[in-house]
Amino acid sequence: MAKTTSVLIVGVGGQGTLLASRILGEFAAEMGLECKLSEVHGMSQRGGSVVTHVRFGTEVNSPIVAEGDADYILAFEQLEAFRYRHFLKDEGTIIMNTQKIMPMPVILGTTPYPANIPERLKGEGLNLVEIDALTIAEEIGNSRTVNTIILGCFMKMLKVEEETAVKILTAVVPQKVLEINLVAFKKGYDFIA
Amino acid sequence: MKKLMLANEAIARGAYEAGVKVVSAYPGTPSTEIAESVAKYPEVYAEWAPNEKVALEVAIGACFAGARSMVCMKHVGVNVAADPLFTLSYTGVNAGIVIVAADDPGMHSSQNEQDSRNYAISAHIPMLEPADSSEAKRFTKIAFNLSEKYDTPVFLRTTTRIAHSQSMVELVERKNINPASYKKDIVKYCMMPASARKAREDLELRDNRIEEECNHFPLNVAEYKDTKLGVVCAGIVYQYVKDALPDASIFKLGMVWPLPIEAIREFSQKVDRLVVIEELGGFIETQLKAKGIKCEGKEIFSNIGEINVNLIKNKLADGELSNADPNVPVRPPVLCAGCPHRGVFYVLNKLKKTVNGDIGCYTLGAQAPLSSVDTVVCMGASIGMAHGFEKALGTSKNNVAVIGDSTFIHSGITGLINAVYNKSSITVIILDNSTTGMTGHQDHPATGKTLQKESTKKLDFVALVKACGVDWVETVDAYDLKEVERLVKEAEEHQGVSVIIAKKPCVLLEKKPVVAKCVITEKCRRCTMCMKLGCPAINKSMDGIISIDPTMCIGCGLCEAVCPFGAIEKENL
Repeated sequence: MAKTTSVLIVGVGGQGTLLASRILGEFAAEMGLECKLSEVHGMSQRGGSVVTHVRFGTEVNSPIVAEGDADYILAFEQLEAFRYRHFLKDEGTIIMNTQKIMPMPVILGTTPYPANIPERLKGEGLNLVEIDALTIAEEIGNSRTVNTIILGCFMKMLKVEEETAVKILTAVVPQKVLEINLVAFKKGYDFIA
Repeated sequence: MKKLMLANEAIARGAYEAGVKVVSAYPGTPSTEIAESVAKYPEVYAEWAPNEKVALEVAIGACFAGARSMVCMKHVGVNVAADPLFTLSYTGVNAGIVIVAADDPGMHSSQNEQDSRNYAISAHIPMLEPADSSEAKRFTKIAFNLSEKYDTPVFLRTTTRIAHSQSMVELVERKNINPASYKKDIVKYCMMPASARKAREDLELRDNRIEEECNHFPLNVAEYKDTKLGVVCAGIVYQYVKDALPDASIFKLGMVWPLPIEAIREFSQKVDRLVVIEELGGFIETQLKAKGIKCEGKEIFSNIGEINVNLIKNKLADGELSNADPNVPVRPPVLCAGCPHRGVFYVLNKLKKTVNGDIGCYTLGAQAPLSSVDTVVCMGASIGMAHGFEKALGTSKNNVAVIGDSTFIHSGITGLINAVYNKSSITVIILDNSTTGMTGHQDHPATGKTLQKESTKKLDFVALVKACGVDWVETVDAYDLKEVERLVKEAEEHQGVSVIIAKKPCVLLEKKPVVAKCVITEKCRRCTMCMKLGCPAINKSMDGIISIDPTMCIGCGLCEAVCPFGAIEKENL
């Protein structure tokens, strides 16, 4: 079977997972690769757990990443990284924003927010890259750029040329927020050695 | 030119390239983006209709008049449109008509999991099912051609995983179609017993003709590889099978009704084992078995929910199912911080009302801690059900109907007329947030804007409700908890139907700059009254300290209003 890269983007409704997946899709198209994305709209977007799937390569069939088959998980929130960790391949990598967003059952006190998620993920032998993207986003002046910061990390890991990545962002991100997103992207890109 | 597109965008593009002239739809996940995408092509007339029945009737009118037309809806919308649908099948078409039905296996954003393929068989309407965005475009164009060739409406069926997936699509120019001329023909277009009896007989002839000819349709493809296992499948399942069983032979159906029985029979004779893999019911399998084709299907794969790659591997090859960790706290969707529905549900919960709810974001009013909504069945059901509660219990003092603005227009108005006509005393609350919220902010007749955002006449709810015979109607700011409570109590005492319009635009609708934030002061006694609002911006730490997340709070002031100790202050920014 042809080599396909599978990426799962997980987060909380409103964090910009959809835009991140669309940027990745444009990136794949730019590289001349086949690409499929899958997203779920509607009820889950209202502050619920959201997941989008991105697969690219020379041949792509299913638009959905199978459990245990993700090369990368881009997690915009800790609990969501923890929830979807069974999607990761043995040799896969999770890039996780260390931000915590409390779900309603935790807010109501019916269940605790799981403690020590980074340690537990590493304890299970998973490759984990942690980044405090919210703090970085706030430092650059827009807390809504967490998605672009994570994407910057990911592009560097994929060894995408900075110039190419900037070109794709410029084509996809709406003009009025482009400048701040380019700054955010650079922060993420430079975070990875 | 190649472009990455949602299948919904690709369907719109296919219709555009096929020269479609009229498109009508009501929003519904996962079909909404089709009409929104069509609206970007100025050559096409596109509109939001108040419901799917009206949308289909508009498309039928355009089709009879001689223009290619399309109508788009989610699976439950087909139920609403079913009345014109079954008779359209009798009349046939003048120009091509395509009906898009979007199913939601797994119920990502729906109240049931019905299988729209059953409409194809029961209404005698051919149904195509694409497996990616490229096919979605191609099949839409084929659907128009088949519609005209066989004088029949044609279904295009998608599921969530097709509709909301993106893949590459090759774009071509629009083909301009000269409209067919309309000629009076009451035997064809006027369904009365005499003409319908003739049409009914013609229907059988049409079915037989398509059943025979579809064996040679290029939509249906036998892909031979290893012949130990042959799989019959369609739509998204085809993609899963290709990943899970790369060596299997596949009979890929592009048309799921009628089935190319003889072509499948030939395929079945060339493979050692034949398995039908399909989501939801055994629709294909049952038909194959009825025609004497030996196959397996639902004894292996469930009728319930979605199929996936690992499941197919596990059942038919080797592979273990990896399961999600059951101990991770769930993160259900919630009403947004600042949502205008929240306060109304808080009041109804406080007054211990039984709430007959409806379909929309406000269905989330059923979740803890608001725990307000008691019943949800279908679009518009709240009002009829509240009336039924009254007739069963002899009083409507304890229950209210709650319905959104778009849903009220969709199918709540007739329920209201019925309640007035039959001397009900129910209370109806219209949660008017000036948009169709859950599906992503579509306009409707009471927003004063069309699908293309042009200004139009604005439906006046107060005048409409009064014209239905309601003599007690009040409009209230949905954030004003005291006034909402007073009106609910007053409505309860009113003899006759009463309507409260709780008005406030959806917080996501107009991204206005936030002018205030609520903050917890040192007066807080940790009583957690504010937490009964279920606002995602209000948190309690492990040691009981309550805080408000300033990045989420929009300063609606509900928490300030419910705090018994005046410990929450609204600060202007």
